[in-house]
Amino acid sequence: MIPSIPQSRFVTTAYKAYVLLFFVFLALPLIVVAAFAFNDSQFPSLPWEGFTWNWFFGSERPMIGVFHERSILRAIGTSVFVAFCVSALSMVVGLSNAFLFNRYKFRGQSILYVFMLLPLVIPGIVLGISILVASSRLANGLWDGFQWDVEALRPGLWLVILGQFSFITTIATLVIGARLQKFDKTLEEAALNLGAGRLTAIRTVTLPYLAPAMIGAFVVAFLMSFENFNTTLMLVGSDAPLTIAMFDRLKEGSTPLLNAVSLLLMLGSSLLALVMIAFQKKN
Amino acid sequence: MHREAKLGLILLLTPFLLWLSLLIVIPHIDLLLVSLRERVGVGQYEISLGNYLTFFTEPLYIVTFLRTAVMSIFATILTLLIGFPVAYYIAKMAKGRTQSALFLLCLVPFWVSELVRTFGWMILLRETGIISNLLQSVGLAQGPVEMLYNDAAIMVGLVYTSMLFMVVPLITTLESLSDEVVEAGYDLGGSGFSVLREIIIPHAMPGIVSGSIVVFMLCLGNYLTPTMLGGKESLWFTELIYSQFIVRFNWELGAAFGFLLLILSSVIVWGMLRLTGQSLEKTMG
Repeated sequence: MIPSIPQSRFVTTAYKAYVLLFFVFLALPLIVVAAFAFNDSQFPSLPWEGFTWNWFFGSERPMIGVFHERSILRAIGTSVFVAFCVSALSMVVGLSNAFLFNRYKFRGQSILYVFMLLPLVIPGIVLGISILVASSRLANGLWDGFQWDVEALRPGLWLVILGQFSFITTIATLVIGARLQKFDKTLEEAALNLGAGRLTAIRTVTLPYLAPAMIGAFVVAFLMSFENFNTTLMLVGSDAPLTIAMFDRLKEGSTPLLNAVSLLLMLGSSLLALVMIAFQKKN
Repeated sequence: MHREAKLGLILLLTPFLLWLSLLIVIPHIDLLLVSLRERVGVGQYEISLGNYLTFFTEPLYIVTFLRTAVMSIFATILTLLIGFPVAYYIAKMAKGRTQSALFLLCLVPFWVSELVRTFGWMILLRETGIISNLLQSVGLAQGPVEMLYNDAAIMVGLVYTSMLFMVVPLITTLESLSDEVVEAGYDLGGSGFSVLREIIIPHAMPGIVSGSIVVFMLCLGNYLTPTMLGGKESLWFTELIYSQFIVRFNWELGAAFGFLLLILSSVIVWGMLRLTGQSLEKTMG
Protein backbone atom coordinates (compact mmCIF):
# COMPACT_ATOMS: atom_id res chain seq x y z
CA MET A 1 0.00 0.00 0.00
CA ILE A 2 1.49 3.32 -1.09
CA PRO A 3 -0.21 6.66 -1.81
CA SER A 4 0.12 6.22 -5.58
CA ILE A 5 -1.91 3.01 -5.55
CA PRO A 6 -5.63 3.71 -5.08
CA GLN A 7 -7.16 2.01 -2.05
CA SER A 8 -10.69 1.85 -0.77
CA ARG A 9 -11.75 4.73 1.50
CA PHE A 10 -12.51 2.31 4.29
CA VAL A 11 -9.05 0.77 4.33
CA THR A 12 -7.19 4.09 4.39
CA THR A 13 -9.46 5.47 7.10
CA ALA A 14 -9.05 2.37 9.22
CA TYR A 15 -5.30 2.56 8.74
CA LYS A 16 -5.22 6.19 9.83
CA ALA A 17 -7.37 5.39 12.83
CA TYR A 18 -4.94 2.66 13.85
CA VAL A 19 -1.98 5.02 13.64
CA LEU A 20 -3.89 7.60 15.68
CA LEU A 21 -4.73 4.96 18.29
CA PHE A 22 -1.06 4.04 18.45
CA PHE A 23 -0.08 7.60 19.27
CA VAL A 24 -2.79 7.79 21.93
CA PHE A 25 -1.26 4.65 23.43
CA LEU A 26 2.16 6.30 23.38
CA ALA A 27 1.01 9.56 24.89
CA LEU A 28 -1.46 8.35 27.50
CA PRO A 29 0.88 7.34 30.35
CA LEU A 30 2.89 10.55 29.98
CA ILE A 31 -0.18 12.78 29.93
CA VAL A 32 -1.53 11.06 33.02
CA VAL A 33 1.75 11.42 34.89
CA ALA A 34 1.96 15.09 33.98
CA ALA A 35 -1.66 15.86 34.86
CA PHE A 36 -1.58 14.37 38.33
CA ALA A 37 1.41 16.49 39.27
CA PHE A 38 -1.19 19.22 39.81
CA ASN A 39 -3.69 17.20 41.82
CA ASP A 40 -4.37 18.67 45.25
CA SER A 41 -4.35 15.29 46.95
CA GLN A 42 -1.97 12.90 48.64
CA PHE A 43 -2.33 10.30 45.92
CA PRO A 44 -1.71 10.46 42.18
CA SER A 45 -5.13 9.03 41.37
CA LEU A 46 -8.75 10.02 40.97
CA PRO A 47 -10.76 11.77 42.31
CA TRP A 48 -9.46 15.09 41.10
CA GLU A 49 -9.26 17.36 44.15
CA GLY A 50 -8.43 20.60 42.40
CA PHE A 51 -5.44 22.32 40.90
CA THR A 52 -2.33 23.10 42.92
CA TRP A 53 1.29 24.12 42.41
CA ASN A 54 2.17 22.71 45.83
CA TRP A 55 3.90 19.59 44.50
CA PHE A 56 6.43 21.92 42.93
CA PHE A 57 6.72 24.83 45.32
CA GLY A 58 5.03 23.70 48.54
CA SER A 59 7.25 23.97 51.61
CA GLU A 60 5.05 22.56 54.39
CA ARG A 61 4.02 19.07 55.28
CA PRO A 62 2.18 17.12 53.96
CA MET A 63 2.82 18.78 50.63
CA ILE A 64 6.53 19.36 50.21
CA GLY A 65 7.24 20.32 46.63
CA VAL A 66 10.16 19.21 44.48
CA PHE A 67 12.06 22.42 45.04
CA HIS A 68 12.00 21.98 48.79
CA GLU A 69 12.64 18.25 48.93
CA ARG A 70 16.35 17.95 49.73
CA SER A 71 16.75 14.24 48.96
CA ILE A 72 15.26 14.59 45.48
CA LEU A 73 17.35 17.66 44.71
CA ARG A 74 20.47 15.85 45.84
CA ALA A 75 19.58 12.83 43.71
CA ILE A 76 19.16 15.10 40.67
CA GLY A 77 22.59 16.56 41.38
CA THR A 78 24.08 13.07 41.63
CA SER A 79 22.47 12.03 38.34
CA VAL A 80 23.78 15.12 36.55
CA PHE A 81 27.28 14.49 37.87
CA VAL A 82 27.24 10.83 36.81
CA ALA A 83 25.73 11.62 33.41
CA PHE A 84 28.31 14.34 32.77
CA CYS A 85 31.25 12.06 33.59
CA VAL A 86 29.82 9.18 31.56
CA SER A 87 29.09 11.32 28.50
CA ALA A 88 32.50 12.99 28.53
CA LEU A 89 34.30 9.65 28.88
CA SER A 90 32.23 7.85 26.25
CA MET A 91 32.47 10.73 23.80
CA VAL A 92 36.27 10.72 23.98
CA VAL A 93 36.65 6.94 23.77
CA GLY A 94 33.90 6.77 21.14
CA LEU A 95 35.78 9.28 18.99
CA SER A 96 38.97 7.31 19.33
CA ASN A 97 37.17 4.05 18.52
CA ALA A 98 35.52 5.60 15.48
CA PHE A 99 38.91 6.57 14.07
CA LEU A 100 40.32 3.17 14.95
CA PHE A 101 37.69 1.28 12.97
CA ASN A 102 37.38 3.75 10.09
CA ARG A 103 40.92 4.76 9.36
CA TYR A 104 42.95 1.65 10.01
CA LYS A 105 43.08 -1.82 8.65
CA PHE A 106 44.74 -4.33 10.92
CA ARG A 107 44.62 -8.00 11.64
CA GLY A 108 41.73 -9.04 13.87
CA GLN A 109 39.86 -5.81 13.20
CA SER A 110 36.54 -7.42 12.34
CA ILE A 111 36.66 -9.59 15.46
CA LEU A 112 37.41 -6.55 17.59
CA TYR A 113 34.51 -4.73 15.94
CA VAL A 114 32.15 -7.51 16.99
CA PHE A 115 33.60 -7.26 20.51
CA MET A 116 32.95 -3.54 20.44
CA LEU A 117 29.29 -4.24 19.67
CA LEU A 118 28.91 -6.88 22.37
CA PRO A 119 27.74 -4.54 25.17
CA LEU A 120 24.58 -3.99 23.12
CA VAL A 121 23.60 -7.64 23.51
CA ILE A 122 24.57 -8.07 27.16
CA PRO A 123 21.65 -7.48 29.55
CA GLY A 124 22.31 -4.37 31.66
CA ILE A 125 21.89 -6.25 34.89
CA VAL A 126 24.56 -8.78 33.88
CA LEU A 127 26.96 -5.95 33.00
CA GLY A 128 26.23 -4.53 36.44
CA ILE A 129 26.94 -7.71 38.41
CA SER A 130 30.03 -8.57 36.38
CA ILE A 131 31.59 -5.19 37.14
CA LEU A 132 30.50 -5.52 40.76
CA VAL A 133 32.19 -8.92 41.06
CA ALA A 134 35.38 -7.84 39.29
CA SER A 135 35.81 -4.60 41.21
CA SER A 136 35.20 -6.18 44.60
CA ARG A 137 37.70 -8.92 43.80
CA LEU A 138 40.23 -6.25 42.90
CA ALA A 139 39.40 -4.31 46.07
CA ASN A 140 39.80 -7.42 48.22
CA GLY A 141 43.06 -8.26 46.49
CA LEU A 142 44.45 -4.79 47.14
CA TRP A 143 43.40 -5.05 50.78
CA ASP A 144 44.88 -8.51 51.30
CA GLY A 145 48.09 -7.70 49.45
CA PHE A 146 48.87 -4.13 50.43
CA GLN A 147 46.31 -3.18 53.09
CA TRP A 148 45.00 -0.55 50.68
CA ASP A 149 41.35 0.26 51.07
CA VAL A 150 40.20 1.67 47.73
CA GLU A 151 36.80 3.20 48.35
CA ALA A 152 36.22 3.80 44.61
CA LEU A 153 36.04 0.04 43.98
CA ARG A 154 33.15 -0.47 46.41
CA PRO A 155 29.55 0.06 45.26
CA GLY A 156 29.06 3.78 44.78
CA LEU A 157 29.20 6.56 42.25
CA TRP A 158 32.51 5.61 40.66
CA LEU A 159 31.31 2.11 39.94
CA VAL A 160 28.03 3.47 38.57
CA ILE A 161 30.03 5.70 36.23
CA LEU A 162 32.21 2.78 35.10
CA GLY A 163 29.20 0.52 34.62
CA GLN A 164 27.32 3.02 32.47
CA PHE A 165 30.48 3.99 30.59
CA SER A 166 30.99 0.34 29.66
CA PHE A 167 27.99 0.15 27.33
CA ILE A 168 27.33 3.80 26.46
CA THR A 169 30.75 3.92 24.79
CA THR A 170 29.46 1.50 22.15
CA ILE A 171 26.58 3.85 21.33
CA ALA A 172 28.91 6.85 21.15
CA THR A 173 31.23 4.91 18.85
CA LEU A 174 28.36 4.05 16.50
CA VAL A 175 27.02 7.62 16.41
CA ILE A 176 30.42 9.20 15.70
CA GLY A 177 31.52 6.36 13.39
CA ALA A 178 28.43 6.78 11.20
CA ARG A 179 29.36 10.39 10.47
CA LEU A 180 33.05 9.68 10.05
CA GLN A 181 32.16 7.11 7.40
CA LYS A 182 30.45 9.80 5.31
CA PHE A 183 33.46 12.08 5.56
CA ASP A 184 35.11 12.94 2.27
CA LYS A 185 38.73 11.99 2.80
CA THR A 186 39.97 14.21 -0.02
CA LEU A 187 39.24 17.21 2.19
CA GLU A 188 41.81 15.97 4.64
CA GLU A 189 44.25 15.23 1.82
CA ALA A 190 43.78 18.78 0.55
CA ALA A 191 44.81 20.08 3.96
CA LEU A 192 47.87 17.83 3.86
CA ASN A 193 48.74 19.10 0.38
CA LEU A 194 48.48 22.64 1.64
CA GLY A 195 51.22 21.84 4.11
CA ALA A 196 49.30 20.95 7.25
CA GLY A 197 50.63 18.20 9.47
CA ARG A 198 48.48 15.13 10.01
CA LEU A 199 47.24 16.21 13.43
CA THR A 200 46.59 19.76 12.25
CA ALA A 201 44.55 18.41 9.34
CA ILE A 202 42.46 16.30 11.68
CA ARG A 203 42.05 19.15 14.16
CA THR A 204 41.08 21.80 11.63
CA VAL A 205 39.17 19.74 9.05
CA THR A 206 37.93 16.41 10.38
CA LEU A 207 37.00 17.31 13.95
CA PRO A 208 34.86 20.36 12.99
CA TYR A 209 33.07 18.09 10.53
CA LEU A 210 32.48 15.54 13.30
CA ALA A 211 31.31 18.15 15.85
CA PRO A 212 27.55 17.61 15.35
CA ALA A 213 27.98 13.86 15.80
CA MET A 214 30.13 14.38 18.87
CA ILE A 215 27.55 16.67 20.43
CA GLY A 216 24.85 14.21 19.42
CA ALA A 217 26.77 11.38 21.05
CA PHE A 218 27.22 13.49 24.18
CA VAL A 219 23.51 14.27 24.45
CA VAL A 220 22.42 10.70 23.77
CA ALA A 221 24.95 9.44 26.31
CA PHE A 222 23.72 12.00 28.83
CA LEU A 223 20.10 10.92 28.41
CA MET A 224 20.96 7.22 28.52
CA SER A 225 23.01 7.67 31.65
CA PHE A 226 20.31 9.79 33.30
CA GLU A 227 17.67 7.17 32.53
CA ASN A 228 19.75 4.10 33.22
CA PHE A 229 18.28 1.79 35.78
CA ASN A 230 19.45 -1.82 35.49
CA THR A 231 23.21 -1.39 35.58
CA THR A 232 22.99 1.39 38.15
CA LEU A 233 20.79 -0.68 40.43
CA MET A 234 23.51 -3.29 40.88
CA LEU A 235 26.34 -0.82 41.47
CA VAL A 236 24.74 1.90 43.54
CA GLY A 237 26.01 2.75 47.02
CA SER A 238 24.55 5.22 49.48
CA ASP A 239 24.44 8.13 47.01
CA ALA A 240 21.51 7.21 44.80
CA PRO A 241 20.98 8.82 41.39
CA LEU A 242 17.50 10.06 40.60
CA THR A 243 16.02 6.94 38.98
CA ILE A 244 17.03 4.79 41.95
CA ALA A 245 15.81 7.37 44.48
CA MET A 246 12.45 7.56 42.70
CA PHE A 247 12.23 3.77 42.50
CA ASP A 248 12.75 3.49 46.26
CA ARG A 249 9.98 6.01 46.87
CA LEU A 250 7.66 4.37 44.39
CA LYS A 251 8.00 1.06 46.22
CA GLU A 252 6.85 2.71 49.45
CA GLY A 253 3.83 4.25 47.77
CA SER A 254 3.58 7.21 45.49
CA THR A 255 2.62 10.82 46.07
CA PRO A 256 2.14 13.44 43.35
CA LEU A 257 5.64 14.60 44.24
CA LEU A 258 6.89 11.85 41.93
CA ASN A 259 4.61 13.17 39.19
CA ALA A 260 6.09 16.61 39.64
CA VAL A 261 9.64 15.25 39.36
CA SER A 262 8.62 13.26 36.29
CA LEU A 263 7.09 16.31 34.63
CA LEU A 264 10.31 18.24 35.23
CA LEU A 265 12.26 15.36 33.70
CA MET A 266 10.03 15.40 30.62
CA LEU A 267 10.52 19.14 30.23
CA GLY A 268 14.25 18.83 30.76
CA SER A 269 14.83 16.10 28.22
CA SER A 270 12.50 17.69 25.64
CA LEU A 271 14.50 20.88 25.98
CA LEU A 272 17.73 18.98 25.53
CA ALA A 273 16.36 17.21 22.45
CA LEU A 274 15.11 20.48 20.94
CA VAL A 275 18.52 22.07 21.45
CA MET A 276 20.11 19.11 19.72
CA ILE A 277 17.70 19.25 16.77
CA ALA A 278 18.20 23.00 16.41
CA PHE A 279 21.95 22.52 16.49
CA GLN A 280 21.89 19.82 13.84
CA LYS A 281 19.63 21.90 11.58
CA LYS A 282 22.17 24.70 11.73
CA ASN A 283 24.86 22.41 10.43
CA MET B 1 52.95 0.76 7.40
CA HIS B 2 54.54 4.13 8.18
CA ARG B 3 56.01 4.63 11.60
CA GLU B 4 53.63 7.52 12.16
CA ALA B 5 50.63 5.42 11.21
CA LYS B 6 51.79 2.66 13.49
CA LEU B 7 52.07 5.08 16.38
CA GLY B 8 48.58 6.38 15.64
CA LEU B 9 47.20 2.86 15.59
CA ILE B 10 48.77 2.09 18.95
CA LEU B 11 47.45 5.33 20.43
CA LEU B 12 43.92 4.53 19.28
CA LEU B 13 44.07 0.86 20.20
CA THR B 14 45.12 1.56 23.79
CA PRO B 15 41.90 3.21 25.07
CA PHE B 16 39.81 0.71 23.12
CA LEU B 17 41.61 -2.33 24.51
CA LEU B 18 41.62 -0.90 28.04
CA TRP B 19 37.90 -0.26 27.89
CA LEU B 20 37.14 -3.65 26.33
CA SER B 21 39.31 -5.72 28.64
CA LEU B 22 38.80 -3.91 31.96
CA LEU B 23 35.08 -3.25 31.68
CA ILE B 24 33.74 -6.04 29.47
CA VAL B 25 36.00 -9.08 29.11
CA ILE B 26 37.69 -9.41 32.52
CA PRO B 27 34.49 -8.73 34.53
CA HIS B 28 32.70 -11.48 32.61
CA ILE B 29 35.55 -13.93 33.19
CA ASP B 30 35.39 -13.03 36.88
CA LEU B 31 31.66 -13.59 36.83
CA LEU B 32 32.15 -17.03 35.29
CA LEU B 33 34.80 -17.93 37.88
CA VAL B 34 32.60 -16.85 40.78
CA SER B 35 29.70 -18.85 39.37
CA LEU B 36 31.92 -21.94 39.26
CA ARG B 37 32.91 -21.93 42.90
CA GLU B 38 31.20 -23.08 46.03
CA ARG B 39 31.66 -21.91 49.57
CA VAL B 40 32.87 -24.74 51.79
CA GLY B 41 33.87 -22.74 54.85
CA VAL B 42 34.56 -19.20 56.00
CA GLY B 43 36.54 -17.66 53.16
CA GLN B 44 37.17 -21.08 51.62
CA TYR B 45 35.98 -21.98 48.17
CA GLU B 46 36.05 -25.00 45.92
CA ILE B 47 35.56 -25.26 42.20
CA SER B 48 32.28 -26.96 41.45
CA LEU B 49 29.21 -26.91 39.27
CA GLY B 50 27.04 -26.80 42.41
CA ASN B 51 25.43 -23.46 41.60
CA TYR B 52 24.30 -24.62 38.18
CA LEU B 53 23.06 -27.84 39.75
CA THR B 54 21.01 -25.84 42.22
CA PHE B 55 19.43 -24.06 39.28
CA PHE B 56 18.49 -27.27 37.52
CA THR B 57 17.09 -28.97 40.60
CA GLU B 58 14.95 -26.12 41.87
CA PRO B 59 11.72 -25.89 39.85
CA LEU B 60 11.09 -22.26 40.81
CA TYR B 61 14.33 -21.19 39.15
CA ILE B 62 13.76 -23.13 35.95
CA VAL B 63 10.15 -22.09 35.66
CA THR B 64 11.06 -18.43 36.15
CA PHE B 65 13.86 -18.76 33.60
CA LEU B 66 11.58 -20.28 30.96
CA ARG B 67 8.73 -17.91 31.72
CA THR B 68 11.03 -14.92 31.28
CA ALA B 69 12.29 -16.29 27.96
CA VAL B 70 8.84 -17.10 26.59
CA MET B 71 7.28 -13.84 27.69
CA SER B 72 10.18 -11.86 26.23
CA ILE B 73 9.77 -13.60 22.88
CA PHE B 74 6.05 -12.98 23.00
CA ALA B 75 6.58 -9.31 23.86
CA THR B 76 9.02 -8.99 20.95
CA ILE B 77 6.53 -10.46 18.48
CA LEU B 78 3.76 -8.26 19.83
CA THR B 79 5.93 -5.15 19.54
CA LEU B 80 6.77 -6.06 15.95
CA LEU B 81 3.13 -6.65 15.02
CA ILE B 82 1.95 -3.41 16.62
CA GLY B 83 4.88 -1.33 15.44
CA PHE B 84 5.21 -2.50 11.83
CA PRO B 85 2.07 -0.85 10.42
CA VAL B 86 2.95 2.38 12.19
CA ALA B 87 6.53 2.31 10.92
CA TYR B 88 5.24 1.60 7.42
CA TYR B 89 2.80 4.48 7.64
CA ILE B 90 5.53 6.90 8.74
CA ALA B 91 8.05 5.67 6.19
CA LYS B 92 5.86 5.26 3.08
CA MET B 93 2.44 6.89 3.55
CA ALA B 94 3.24 10.13 5.36
CA LYS B 95 5.13 12.78 3.42
CA GLY B 96 7.21 15.83 4.20
CA ARG B 97 6.36 17.69 7.38
CA THR B 98 3.85 15.15 8.67
CA GLN B 99 6.46 12.45 8.28
CA SER B 100 9.10 14.15 10.39
CA ALA B 101 6.52 15.28 12.94
CA LEU B 102 5.21 11.72 13.35
CA PHE B 103 8.73 10.38 13.59
CA LEU B 104 9.55 12.87 16.33
CA LEU B 105 6.31 12.02 18.16
CA CYS B 106 7.42 8.39 18.23
CA LEU B 107 10.58 9.40 20.05
CA VAL B 108 8.95 11.63 22.66
CA PRO B 109 8.07 8.98 25.28
CA PHE B 110 11.64 7.78 25.27
CA TRP B 111 13.11 11.05 26.35
CA VAL B 112 11.85 10.28 29.84
CA SER B 113 13.06 7.43 31.96
CA GLU B 114 11.51 4.00 31.99
CA LEU B 115 10.55 4.65 35.60
CA VAL B 116 8.27 7.52 34.59
CA ARG B 117 6.67 5.44 31.84
CA THR B 118 6.03 2.56 34.21
CA PHE B 119 4.68 4.96 36.78
CA GLY B 120 2.25 6.24 34.13
CA TRP B 121 0.93 2.73 33.52
CA MET B 122 0.53 2.20 37.27
CA ILE B 123 -1.64 5.30 37.51
CA LEU B 124 -3.70 4.10 34.55
CA LEU B 125 -4.14 0.47 35.49
CA ARG B 126 -4.42 0.30 39.24
CA GLU B 127 -7.60 -0.26 41.20
CA THR B 128 -8.12 3.44 41.86
CA GLY B 129 -6.71 4.28 38.45
CA ILE B 130 -8.06 6.04 35.41
CA ILE B 131 -9.21 3.02 33.41
CA SER B 132 -10.93 1.44 36.37
CA ASN B 133 -12.79 4.70 37.06
CA LEU B 134 -13.64 5.09 33.40
CA LEU B 135 -15.12 1.59 33.21
CA GLN B 136 -17.19 2.27 36.30
CA SER B 137 -18.55 5.57 35.06
CA VAL B 138 -19.51 4.05 31.71
CA GLY B 139 -21.22 1.24 33.58
CA LEU B 140 -19.09 -1.61 32.27
CA ALA B 141 -17.90 -2.46 35.77
CA GLN B 142 -19.70 -2.41 39.09
CA GLY B 143 -16.77 -2.01 41.44
CA PRO B 144 -13.13 -1.01 41.13
CA VAL B 145 -11.19 -3.20 38.70
CA GLU B 146 -7.60 -4.15 39.46
CA MET B 147 -5.64 -4.43 36.25
CA LEU B 148 -2.20 -4.16 37.76
CA TYR B 149 -0.05 -6.97 39.14
CA ASN B 150 -0.54 -9.61 36.46
CA ASP B 151 1.17 -10.85 33.32
CA ALA B 152 -0.96 -8.77 30.98
CA ALA B 153 0.15 -5.61 32.75
CA ILE B 154 3.78 -6.69 32.38
CA MET B 155 3.17 -7.27 28.69
CA VAL B 156 1.68 -3.80 28.20
CA GLY B 157 4.63 -2.28 30.02
CA LEU B 158 7.22 -4.24 28.05
CA VAL B 159 5.67 -3.50 24.66
CA TYR B 160 5.35 0.17 25.53
CA THR B 161 8.90 0.46 26.79
CA SER B 162 10.42 -1.33 23.78
CA MET B 163 8.35 0.28 21.01
CA LEU B 164 10.92 2.88 19.99
CA PHE B 165 13.65 0.32 19.47
CA MET B 166 11.43 -1.56 17.02
CA VAL B 167 9.89 1.37 15.18
CA VAL B 168 13.07 3.36 14.47
CA PRO B 169 15.04 0.59 12.69
CA LEU B 170 11.87 -0.38 10.80
CA ILE B 171 11.34 3.18 9.57
CA THR B 172 14.98 3.42 8.52
CA THR B 173 14.86 0.27 6.39
CA LEU B 174 11.38 0.89 5.00
CA GLU B 175 12.31 4.40 3.88
CA SER B 176 14.91 2.93 1.55
CA LEU B 177 12.27 0.86 -0.24
CA SER B 178 11.42 2.77 -3.39
CA ASP B 179 7.79 3.27 -4.38
CA GLU B 180 8.45 1.96 -7.88
CA VAL B 181 9.24 -1.51 -6.58
CA VAL B 182 5.95 -1.65 -4.73
CA GLU B 183 4.11 -0.33 -7.79
CA ALA B 184 5.80 -2.94 -9.95
CA GLY B 185 4.56 -5.59 -7.56
CA TYR B 186 1.00 -4.40 -8.04
CA ASP B 187 1.45 -4.03 -11.81
CA LEU B 188 2.55 -7.62 -12.04
CA GLY B 189 -0.76 -8.61 -10.53
CA GLY B 190 0.22 -8.97 -6.90
CA SER B 191 -2.41 -8.48 -4.25
CA GLY B 192 -1.80 -6.29 -1.22
CA PHE B 193 -0.93 -9.35 0.80
CA SER B 194 1.51 -10.87 -1.67
CA VAL B 195 3.25 -7.52 -2.16
CA LEU B 196 3.63 -7.30 1.60
CA ARG B 197 4.93 -10.85 1.86
CA GLU B 198 7.23 -10.89 -1.15
CA ILE B 199 8.47 -7.34 -1.43
CA ILE B 200 7.99 -5.28 1.71
CA ILE B 201 8.85 -7.80 4.41
CA PRO B 202 12.00 -9.17 2.70
CA HIS B 203 13.18 -5.62 2.19
CA ALA B 204 12.51 -4.72 5.83
CA MET B 205 14.28 -7.83 7.13
CA PRO B 206 17.44 -6.14 8.45
CA GLY B 207 15.28 -3.66 10.36
CA ILE B 208 13.02 -6.42 11.68
CA VAL B 209 16.01 -8.41 12.88
CA SER B 210 17.87 -5.57 14.56
CA GLY B 211 14.68 -4.23 16.12
CA SER B 212 13.73 -7.67 17.39
CA ILE B 213 17.17 -8.31 18.85
CA VAL B 214 17.22 -5.05 20.78
CA VAL B 215 13.63 -5.43 21.98
CA PHE B 216 14.21 -9.00 23.06
CA MET B 217 17.34 -8.02 24.97
CA LEU B 218 15.54 -5.16 26.67
CA CYS B 219 12.63 -7.39 27.73
CA LEU B 220 14.85 -10.20 28.95
CA GLY B 221 17.01 -7.88 31.00
CA ASN B 222 14.21 -5.71 32.26
CA TYR B 223 13.85 -5.39 36.00
CA LEU B 224 11.70 -2.35 36.55
CA THR B 225 8.60 -3.26 34.55
CA PRO B 226 8.06 -6.78 35.95
CA THR B 227 8.77 -5.56 39.48
CA MET B 228 6.39 -2.63 39.38
CA LEU B 229 3.61 -3.96 37.14
CA GLY B 230 3.79 -7.68 37.91
CA GLY B 231 2.28 -9.42 40.88
CA LYS B 232 3.77 -11.78 43.42
CA GLU B 233 3.29 -14.72 41.06
CA SER B 234 4.88 -13.12 38.05
CA LEU B 235 8.53 -13.40 38.91
CA TRP B 236 11.12 -12.27 36.35
CA PHE B 237 14.57 -13.87 36.13
CA THR B 238 16.34 -10.58 36.76
CA GLU B 239 14.50 -10.35 40.10
CA LEU B 240 16.12 -13.64 41.09
CA ILE B 241 19.56 -12.29 40.20
CA TYR B 242 18.91 -9.14 42.17
CA SER B 243 17.70 -10.99 45.23
CA GLN B 244 20.66 -13.40 45.22
CA PHE B 245 23.12 -10.55 44.89
CA ILE B 246 21.69 -7.80 47.03
CA VAL B 247 19.26 -9.43 49.44
CA ARG B 248 20.72 -12.89 50.12
CA PHE B 249 24.29 -11.93 49.38
CA ASN B 250 24.81 -15.29 47.67
CA TRP B 251 27.05 -14.03 44.88
CA GLU B 252 27.99 -17.50 43.67
CA LEU B 253 24.42 -18.48 42.83
CA GLY B 254 23.64 -14.97 41.56
CA ALA B 255 26.63 -15.12 39.22
CA ALA B 256 25.46 -18.48 37.88
CA PHE B 257 22.02 -16.97 37.22
CA GLY B 258 23.63 -14.01 35.51
CA PHE B 259 25.62 -16.32 33.29
CA LEU B 260 22.58 -18.37 32.41
CA LEU B 261 20.77 -15.19 31.39
CA LEU B 262 23.73 -14.21 29.26
CA ILE B 263 23.81 -17.63 27.59
CA LEU B 264 20.09 -17.54 26.94
CA SER B 265 20.25 -14.11 25.34
CA SER B 266 23.30 -14.99 23.24
CA VAL B 267 21.73 -18.22 21.99
CA ILE B 268 18.50 -16.55 20.98
CA VAL B 269 20.24 -13.58 19.34
CA TRP B 270 22.60 -15.93 17.51
CA GLY B 271 19.69 -18.13 16.42
CA MET B 272 17.79 -15.13 15.16
CA LEU B 273 20.80 -13.96 13.14
CA ARG B 274 21.39 -17.43 11.71
CA LEU B 275 17.75 -17.98 10.79
CA THR B 276 17.58 -14.75 8.84
CA GLY B 277 21.10 -14.87 7.45
CA GLN B 278 22.13 -11.56 9.02
CA SER B 279 25.25 -10.69 10.97
CA LEU B 280 25.75 -8.66 14.12
CA GLU B 281 27.93 -6.09 12.35
CA LYS B 282 25.31 -5.54 9.67
CA THR B 283 22.30 -5.27 11.96
CA MET B 284 23.85 -3.30 14.80
CA GLY B 285 26.75 -1.41 13.29
